[in-house]
Amino acid sequence: MSTSREWVGRRLGTVPGGGEDGDGAFQVVGKAMPRVDAVSKVTGATVYADDLSFPGTLHCVLLRSPLPHARIRCIDVQEAAGLPDVVAVLTGAAMPTRFGVSPSSEEEQALAADKVRYVGEPVAAVAARDEATAREACKMIQVDYELLEPVTSIDQALEVPMDEPIHAASKDGNVHRLASLEFGDVDEGFAASDHVREDVFFYEGSNHLAMEEHSATAIFSDGQLTVWSSTQSPHSVHRALSSVLGLPMRRVRVVATPHGGGFGGKVDPCSHEIVVAKLAMITGRPVKCTLTREEVFYNHRGRHPVLMWVRTGVTQDGRIRAMHFRTALDGGAHASLGAATTYYTGALQPATYDLPAYRFEGCRVFTNKAPCGPKRGHGTPQPRFALELHLDKLAEDLGMDPVELRRRNYVRPNSRTVNGLRITSCAIEKVTDEVLAASGFSRRERRDGHGQGFAVSAYLCGAGTPMYLNRMPHSEVSLKVDRGGVTVFCGATDIGQGSDTVLATLVAEELGLERGDVRLVTGDTGLTPVDLGSYSSRVTFMAGNAAIEAARKMRATLVAAAAEHSGSRPAEMTVAGGKIGPLSFEQAVAAAEERYGTLGSVGSYAPPPSISASKYRGSAVGPSPAFSYSAAVVDLDADRVSGEVRVNKVWIAHDIGRALNPVLVRGQVEGGVYMGLGEALMEAQAYRNGLLHHPSVLEYKTPLSSDMPEIEQLLVEQPDPEGPYGAKEVGQGPLLPVVPAVVSAIHDALGVWVDEVPVTPEKILRALDAHAKGSDPRTGPRSFPEIPYPPCEKVALPDAASATL
Amino acid sequence: MLRLPRFSYLRPASVAEAVAMLADHGDRSSVIAGGTDLLPKMKRRQVQPTVLVGIAHLEALSHRETTASGAVEIGASRTLTSVLKDAELAHHQPGYAQAAGLVSSPALRNTGTVGGNLCVDTRCNYYDMSEEWRTASGSCLKTGGELCRLAPSSPRCWAISSSDTAPIAVALGATAVVAGPEGEREVPVASLYRDDGNAHLALGRGEILTRLRLPAPDGWRSSYVKLRRRSSMDFPLAGAAVALKIDRGVVEGCRLVLGAVASQPVELSDLVHGLVGQPLDEEAIEEVASGASRLAKPLDNADLSYVWRKRMVKEIVARAFRQAATSEVAAVP
Amino acid sequence: MLRLRVNGETYETLTESNETLLEILRERLGLTGTKHGCELGECGACTVLLDGTPVLACLVLPDQIDDAEVTTVEGLADGSVLHPLQEAFMALGASQCGYCTAGMLLSAKALLDEQPDPTREEIRAALAGNVCRCTGYASIVDAVALAAKAPKGAR
Repeated sequence: MSTSREWVGRRLGTVPGGGEDGDGAFQVVGKAMPRVDAVSKVTGATVYADDLSFPGTLHCVLLRSPLPHARIRCIDVQEAAGLPDVVAVLTGAAMPTRFGVSPSSEEEQALAADKVRYVGEPVAAVAARDEATAREACKMIQVDYELLEPVTSIDQALEVPMDEPIHAASKDGNVHRLASLEFGDVDEGFAASDHVREDVFFYEGSNHLAMEEHSATAIFSDGQLTVWSSTQSPHSVHRALSSVLGLPMRRVRVVATPHGGGFGGKVDPCSHEIVVAKLAMITGRPVKCTLTREEVFYNHRGRHPVLMWVRTGVTQDGRIRAMHFRTALDGGAHASLGAATTYYTGALQPATYDLPAYRFEGCRVFTNKAPCGPKRGHGTPQPRFALELHLDKLAEDLGMDPVELRRRNYVRPNSRTVNGLRITSCAIEKVTDEVLAASGFSRRERRDGHGQGFAVSAYLCGAGTPMYLNRMPHSEVSLKVDRGGVTVFCGATDIGQGSDTVLATLVAEELGLERGDVRLVTGDTGLTPVDLGSYSSRVTFMAGNAAIEAARKMRATLVAAAAEHSGSRPAEMTVAGGKIGPLSFEQAVAAAEERYGTLGSVGSYAPPPSISASKYRGSAVGPSPAFSYSAAVVDLDADRVSGEVRVNKVWIAHDIGRALNPVLVRGQVEGGVYMGLGEALMEAQAYRNGLLHHPSVLEYKTPLSSDMPEIEQLLVEQPDPEGPYGAKEVGQGPLLPVVPAVVSAIHDALGVWVDEVPVTPEKILRALDAHAKGSDPRTGPRSFPEIPYPPCEKVALPDAASATL
Repeated sequence: MLRLPRFSYLRPASVAEAVAMLADHGDRSSVIAGGTDLLPKMKRRQVQPTVLVGIAHLEALSHRETTASGAVEIGASRTLTSVLKDAELAHHQPGYAQAAGLVSSPALRNTGTVGGNLCVDTRCNYYDMSEEWRTASGSCLKTGGELCRLAPSSPRCWAISSSDTAPIAVALGATAVVAGPEGEREVPVASLYRDDGNAHLALGRGEILTRLRLPAPDGWRSSYVKLRRRSSMDFPLAGAAVALKIDRGVVEGCRLVLGAVASQPVELSDLVHGLVGQPLDEEAIEEVASGASRLAKPLDNADLSYVWRKRMVKEIVARAFRQAATSEVAAVP
Repeated sequence: MLRLRVNGETYETLTESNETLLEILRERLGLTGTKHGCELGECGACTVLLDGTPVLACLVLPDQIDDAEVTTVEGLADGSVLHPLQEAFMALGASQCGYCTAGMLLSAKALLDEQPDPTREEIRAALAGNVCRCTGYASIVDAVALAAKAPKGAR
């Protein structure tokens, strides 16, 4: 997007402000303004986790497994411990308690003690005066391994019997999780269909490649543990530390440092976070560990490789009667959030299309590879890719326009899906209209080698259920106001998406202040009330609503005091421009302190129970207080001879509800498009002989500035009734339609299907070769494995009352 | 953070002293100019010289001159960026300037040198990995092991020549000036290389590449086309360098050199021999390009598939011929 | 003892020959504005200027610096006045997580110093060695183009 803004000079240290655009009804909400921490970011003043240093810090290096699958017979650390300047050496025996990001996944050890399950799994740690010494000492640790047969593919994981399962507890080969759900009568739906189609797709795994390598520092003093870490969920780290180290939560404080990128890769509590804490407790000194880039690839928790099979029955006029969707996820060596990921590969199909009958069977297997977990879009980009291409093919079968086929099946606002999800605001029609109008998709130029593709998607505004079962708020805010100023305390973690800016904006709006008047303390479990973390696009919606509640209470207090002080009625008081009625903000605060003593207010958010109408195994995954919708058109050239693809332009329309700050929204939209293009064309966490193929920034290919097309974004603002000022999510949704739109555009350009991403030139040529030989003009998986899914749990449809909301 | 192993850094006052230092310290030493190739390899512990002999500061290696005939001599420690910005050079030797501009990223071209890119170590995705990764994988011929991880039955190392400037320098008939314990010698760039991934440079102990001499254009046109996944950063997956002399549509001379398909630049002289005396039409280009693809033997040790890389050799050779044919011929100054 | 000019100030510091400029800046001089994302010359996060030319600090040895002036992100503002690139990055949201920002700013500064009115293609090419995972580069390219419009005295 080009800019026509005139140059506006600003001075260092002044508060960024004076934005433009926006809705005249608000003072700061909706205005395009820099993020509140922008000056620190552009001057290098922001202190990230690895920038921290404390006097006397020891440096920690982890020894990692060179084997994909092996039993640990014994570990000899004597020589390493004897190296000068080595202060402590740690093995898994010291931390037997298993942990995981959710209670259903507590099978990891900070350092593997019994066996190693992937190359790169941490087995020991050294704390030394400097990093080089720690690294040298690691090489001196002798680990006696007994080799076990590695499991490296979904097919192999499903084989029964097996030599030795990766996890003793898994049944049916190396199956981690099976899901079998049926909503409505699927067989009847297929029977009533005029046309039924089946397809198989594959979506490769990928890494987040956040620019900042993970880093954590721990200090244990006076019986209190403090850990600073580049985490997306200080609350999860807090819980894991408490559990593994046997310290009560009240003795542990986790501070999320300013964050160099997450994308889901820093949601799980990580080995190094627990190890530095343990080493700090052992040595009594600050201990720091910063991963290398290669270690980040081993820590992974990235996008799951997913094989998918989908069968859909439609009537002649394009109405879907039934859908059956099967997924098989290659989970890697640990659970992470994989149980949720499995359900996410099935949950949102009905949130985009009105499916009268839907069967979902999902399966996640363990393999001896780095653990997969949540990455931007968590479990939904893969089925989105499959579903959108499947619909393109169905449209081709029916001789119907692919957009029209989709429109005939779009979900409606204020409806209830077959799997019980509550849909409220829903601009799916509008994002479709906008992106079609801007791109001219329906009138596109038809010539060989040039194509456009269209796709839509839906995403959550926060997971409706917490990662561990409880009825407490998902996000909590407290607000301190006194003659010293205004401070917001919230556990939410700014990972670059701008959640601090959102909190400052909302509180400033409510209190009639500028954003720079609002001090922020966030992501610190010792100081801030709980927020579950920056994942599932939940922060604006949940922390935002909590902040508004706290600010409105404070506002009422200040208004009451100011009214009393000035002898006017509260209803007559306006709160704006740094004034409360006739009083300045400071005068009003003084009046309130005189009247009420210490001023404080709190707010919290938990989604309403009505977001889910059905209870079934897995029903915790999918419900959300709101859904955002995105539509994309991708325009590209694809070379018939070389198979090379050049993306010319991407149009993306997003159902944002309300853009609280268009500058930040734009960044999320464009970043999502970029990551989608990367996954469509390049990104792959691939393995060769059990070893990572590309564990470096150079060889793990992502688009560079000179590879990126222009992006035109179209924001659709139809405020959500429950979102903060009507806002919905933007961090993840815009990635989703891009991937299928790329593949659809390649089909448009060359007439062949590449049913597997990333699309490499070779895959295109293989499909073209097949076409030339008169065989099926496609590249992609041929079959879906036999999986021992249990009988489907038949879930009763939501009753009529809840169906109409 | 990845850190370098310990070493001492020597700063010779002259090329002769640098040569002497390298000869003294033998295999424990390495010459360093920009360091963009050597330092990452040291951080990954692929090589661990304990003595680095710095040459970037030597003025004798940073000169650049053009002779009356239009031949250009470039000091080995001049940066690739300086080549790119050299309008006169781009005019005389567009293919070489093109190749220099296609190396890696802007910041690395600011540090990487003319000599460094000609000598850049061969690459292999079993070799250009961290110490931990290689421990997990097992050592290979290039790291002192017993077998090649790519081709376990092979007696030799198949790491890939990954220079962008070497193929074009060979195609242009450039010569290299090498300083060594026995004094200076001048050799065709082509004879700097050996088809052995583990010892790809035909340089003796203590020898340093000091200058690159590109001959006068003398009516020759040139072009280099690089195959890579992205528009920057990436090493070549294949490269095609073409030098061409055409008079009224008829080929008078032609050289074609492939990069990144073997452990050294591969000159296909027999293949292009038949072009001489013939008009350079699309049919001729197509035939040569197909022949080049047939002869190219990329292996499965770089990005993307070797099948595709082999197939693409045809495309880049054809592109290089078309580009060279339509490029300007430098006027004699 | 290494003598080093950084952002107009002279530092004297102990170093080992195997410390790179990246380690010297961050660990010896406390200038942590320069980031690292690979330490192998592959990500661009540690880009600094040596006599105005972008180089990767993770691949520069102290012995290679000679008398060159080092510019880091901390030296980009003129006292309390931000560089136009910094203001443009702020205004257009070109810095999200901010981790690539220092390197981006310095690559962009070198471009504008040499080519005051670059095309978008030139901007994209100049930044092609700096990886960003947040922005999709769009707002960064826009910000560099916006900064190019700043009054010439401002940079």
